[in-house]
Amino acid sequence: MFVRWSAAAAAAILLSSPALLQSAGAADKPTDPQIAHIAYTAGVIDINAAKQAQKKAKSKEVKAFAEDMLRDHEAVNKQALALVKKLNVTPEDNDTSKALSKQAGDKLAELDKLSGAAFDKAYVANEVAYHKQVNSALETQLIPSASNAELKSLLQTGLKIFQGHQQHAEHVAAELK
Amino acid sequence: MSGRVFSAVALVVAMVVPARAATIEITMDNLVISPAEISAKVGDTITWINKDVFAHTATAKNGDFDVMLPPKKSATSVLKKAGTIDYYCRYHPNMKATLKVEP
Repeated sequence: MFVRWSAAAAAAILLSSPALLQSAGAADKPTDPQIAHIAYTAGVIDINAAKQAQKKAKSKEVKAFAEDMLRDHEAVNKQALALVKKLNVTPEDNDTSKALSKQAGDKLAELDKLSGAAFDKAYVANEVAYHKQVNSALETQLIPSASNAELKSLLQTGLKIFQGHQQHAEHVAAELK
Repeated sequence: MSGRVFSAVALVVAMVVPARAATIEITMDNLVISPAEISAKVGDTITWINKDVFAHTATAKNGDFDVMLPPKKSATSVLKKAGTIDYYCRYHPNMKATLKVEP
């Protein structure tokens, strides 16, 4: 009963979060310093999830997936840091970043209670959902709102690589079934 | 005069580079391998150029080669066997291309 409730709650969080990203955009378009903060935060979240998976994952494929996430998201965030430095922009914390971090913190705690195959499944399922959420935010909100051309281009590269991650996660999820 | 300089250069080149062996560049840029399809000959050298900030690999499906390409680095490999080789990046399996190696 409790398990079912928490799964429903998790689904509700996942479903409501893109709306949350949307509404932040609808109310007022995020600025470049906010976009940079959101993108960087989104990367850190997946890096932390990957680090947790490296410790807890059982399946070889899931471990390899986590390693891929770590490698790519660290590379994107390194680029992002170099870009904000070059543009002399200070990333600005905002409600979307805060909501993402809160959601991710809850997820880490939830996954931490799992182990073995149950962890693997839950981690990969969340990776699918999370990349979907981030990709949709990039596509519909962050990329169209970015005004600096270099920032826009980095976000576009990010979208391309994260779409690959989503497919990869979907593939791994299918294998685990 | 210029003819003599030219033939001297040609002689040096001929001594350094065996006849027919060519160097072919294959680039990975923004998660795309280009050219997506290319022909080469046994003995040719492939220079793999990774322009991305991401690590890539050039991994032959048939196991003929598995080249690691750290961000912004390049590597070379000499083609030893003929055949049509499909290869991809292990980290980003959407990156796919074909190399036709003629005898």
